[in-house]
Amino acid sequence: MVDVPLGPAGAVAPSDLDDVELYHPHSWVTKYVFSQDAKVIAIQYAFVALSVGLIALVLSWLMRLQLGFPGVFAFIDASAYYQFITMHGMMMVVYVLTALFLGGFGNYLIPLMIGARDMVFPYVNMLSFWVYFLAVLVLVASFFAPGGPTGAGWTLYPPQAILSGTPGGQDWGIILMLSSLIIFIIGFTMGGLNYVVTVLQARARGMTLMRMPLTVWGIFTASFMALLAFPALFVGAVMMLFDRIFGTSFFVPAIVEMGQPLDRNGGSPLLFQHLFWFFGHPEVYIVALPAFGIVSDLISTHARRNIFGYRMMVWALLAIGALSFVVWAHHMYVSGMNPYFGFFFATTTLIIAVPTAIKVYNWILTLWRGNIHLTLPMLFALAFIVTFVNGGLTGLFLGNVVVDVPLSDTMFVVAHFHMVMGVAPILVIFGAIYHWYPKVTGRMLNETLGRIHFWVTFLGAYAIFFPMHYLGLMGIPRRYHDIGDMAFVPPSAHTLNAFITIVALVVGATQLLFVFNLFWSLRHGRLAGGNPWHATTLEWQTPETPPPHGNWGKTVPTVYRWAYDYSVPGADQDFLPQNQPGITSVVPGASHG
Amino acid sequence: MAEQAATDLRVIDAETSGLRSIASDFSSDRQAFRNVSWGKAMMWIFLLSDTFVFSCFLISYMTARMSTTVPWPNTSEVFALTIGGTSLPLILIAIMTFVLISSSGTMAMAVNFGYRRDRKRTAILMLATALLGATFVGMQAFEWTKLIHEGVRPWTNPWGAAQFGSSFFMITGFHGTHVTFGVIFLLVIARKVWRGDFDHERRGFFTSRKGRYESVEIMGLYWHFVDLVWVFIFAFFYLW
Repeated sequence: MVDVPLGPAGAVAPSDLDDVELYHPHSWVTKYVFSQDAKVIAIQYAFVALSVGLIALVLSWLMRLQLGFPGVFAFIDASAYYQFITMHGMMMVVYVLTALFLGGFGNYLIPLMIGARDMVFPYVNMLSFWVYFLAVLVLVASFFAPGGPTGAGWTLYPPQAILSGTPGGQDWGIILMLSSLIIFIIGFTMGGLNYVVTVLQARARGMTLMRMPLTVWGIFTASFMALLAFPALFVGAVMMLFDRIFGTSFFVPAIVEMGQPLDRNGGSPLLFQHLFWFFGHPEVYIVALPAFGIVSDLISTHARRNIFGYRMMVWALLAIGALSFVVWAHHMYVSGMNPYFGFFFATTTLIIAVPTAIKVYNWILTLWRGNIHLTLPMLFALAFIVTFVNGGLTGLFLGNVVVDVPLSDTMFVVAHFHMVMGVAPILVIFGAIYHWYPKVTGRMLNETLGRIHFWVTFLGAYAIFFPMHYLGLMGIPRRYHDIGDMAFVPPSAHTLNAFITIVALVVGATQLLFVFNLFWSLRHGRLAGGNPWHATTLEWQTPETPPPHGNWGKTVPTVYRWAYDYSVPGADQDFLPQNQPGITSVVPGASHG
Repeated sequence: MAEQAATDLRVIDAETSGLRSIASDFSSDRQAFRNVSWGKAMMWIFLLSDTFVFSCFLISYMTARMSTTVPWPNTSEVFALTIGGTSLPLILIAIMTFVLISSSGTMAMAVNFGYRRDRKRTAILMLATALLGATFVGMQAFEWTKLIHEGVRPWTNPWGAAQFGSSFFMITGFHGTHVTFGVIFLLVIARKVWRGDFDHERRGFFTSRKGRYESVEIMGLYWHFVDLVWVFIFAFFYLW
């Protein structure tokens, strides 16, 4: 055969081709409902994710009511309690945090921050949202299905998840949950491919990878990880659906159900745990890495200081991403493993502390002698650092096998992961919303409401989760509907539980204040202008605010510098936008990323 | 391009190769993979993700095979056909494998003719690929039917471990679904090639974007991937 001639039809840089022009909407429906514009899709994602978040918040209230005042609320029986736990966990981790960071912030910020007009495949991007929406509908439908939602715990461990002792196990609950997860993964794959390819292949002129804002690096790394981690959950969900619907025995060993031996044998419950945590642990960082990226940008902007150690920040992100794929079994120390595996996974787990510490030190060194503006985004960013460090420190306890074994399945674990992957990323989400809301809507969020929201949320989160560590050390187990009067449970534990519940109700109510602020400021907020924070990154340099379809008007920006030229000596203002030519950067080499 | 050169910070050295050229590509602006279109980059990354899906399926099957307490059926006997009085082990699977690998050949030829803008030959070769793919799925349907008649179900089978039927239907079903989707997209793209969409820059029905002959190659990437996966399924499920 002759060589393939690589003419114009062959390999051409796509941005030089005229066929990748934008899709232009021509009706209200294609502009706002079935929109292919990443910014509209981002708002749709964020709106749905925040709505799911509110449902999950109410579920956490109900759980806390039962734990704080056991027996007072008759409708929260043991089944309902487990259903609330399961739905709260799965909703928050997958349908709120993942969807909000990647689908919401990813869609809005990636094209704007790298100087693209849109995602590379807007049509697929639109499908991604609607498939996600379908997944949410299927998940929420389980509340109305016979038997209610599944009560298997958010980890859905078989065999209990598909047997009749568990709420929803032999009803619709578990089927809807697994189906919803499968649909979510399909939808996410469409979006994730878009995010990754857009970052890799559709940047503006002069925008090298090493000039990208860390926000984009964080979302990019997380999307790539998600594309590799979700397959394990997908396979686990498919196999468990087989076990539940067709009666196969992938995960079911020889077992007695309600006194009756089942006609099944030979399955491996541990296999599901491996599949689940091969997804589950990277998932922690899928949520954390975008938060790391965003918080870096918030700190740099609001301290008017270039980010310290940009390159190390990027490499630390990538190192954390890579390491997170070889630590999954630290969730399974008590599941029964060869002790050498425990040794291996404990070692890799603790190694993650190194790149993470690099990031924390760099944030602090960015703040060092910075011109810190205690704006709302900065407050949330500072709160994040403190919270993440606190949550990370308890991670050192749980990462070690011998310390983990007694602490496993106690409230200590609940406190740990809520601090590190619940409260910490949520604080970043709030900070990011206060930071970018002016770009999205053209108006500032109300400052007074924002400060009330911040202080109640921040202090409240500590009032909720710090005492939980003590409860855990006392040996109070998690996932108990009613701990009752055990000999080892002092009366003070009950008082502490009631205290936590009351704080949780107050903190939850404050989130409603935040939601009110979101809507109220749409109309009544102070006009923001194009660049209220005097930030350097491209999204603040759009000709119009909010950015119109196509983002940039006639010409796409050209990038001349990295994203962190704050307080450059010799410059006439304390920030140099990325698309401003002239004056060289503070950091030698930074402009040559 | 001249404007680009003005802001392009990278010194383009035609002689760089190996690691240096990778580093130079990754430090460039606009694109990390030079001369790779969006569609092709997306397909490669999708295939990477799909590799993880199939790896998880196969590793799970191996785990199930190890964890089950009942002996595993002998695949040479289960997948044997009696033709003319002799029992030929794995004969159907061998033919299926041959058909699928052949379809990779026709696909590669279609890609070649596509870049020559030879509409007719490209379309015919793509149709041939689709036909071979459909034949494969057809033979798989025959195999499923035969096993179901012999009493194999996802939850049980007459010869041994129940996980045999579970894994068989799940893995071959998932792969067969991939082949079926491949056949559908082969037909769609073959139609576009035949009609000359890529010559006249006709816009896509859903995306309203102009297509290029590169779509044939991207389709080919998927098709070769599905074939490659089959080789692993063949080795790990049927031969083991």
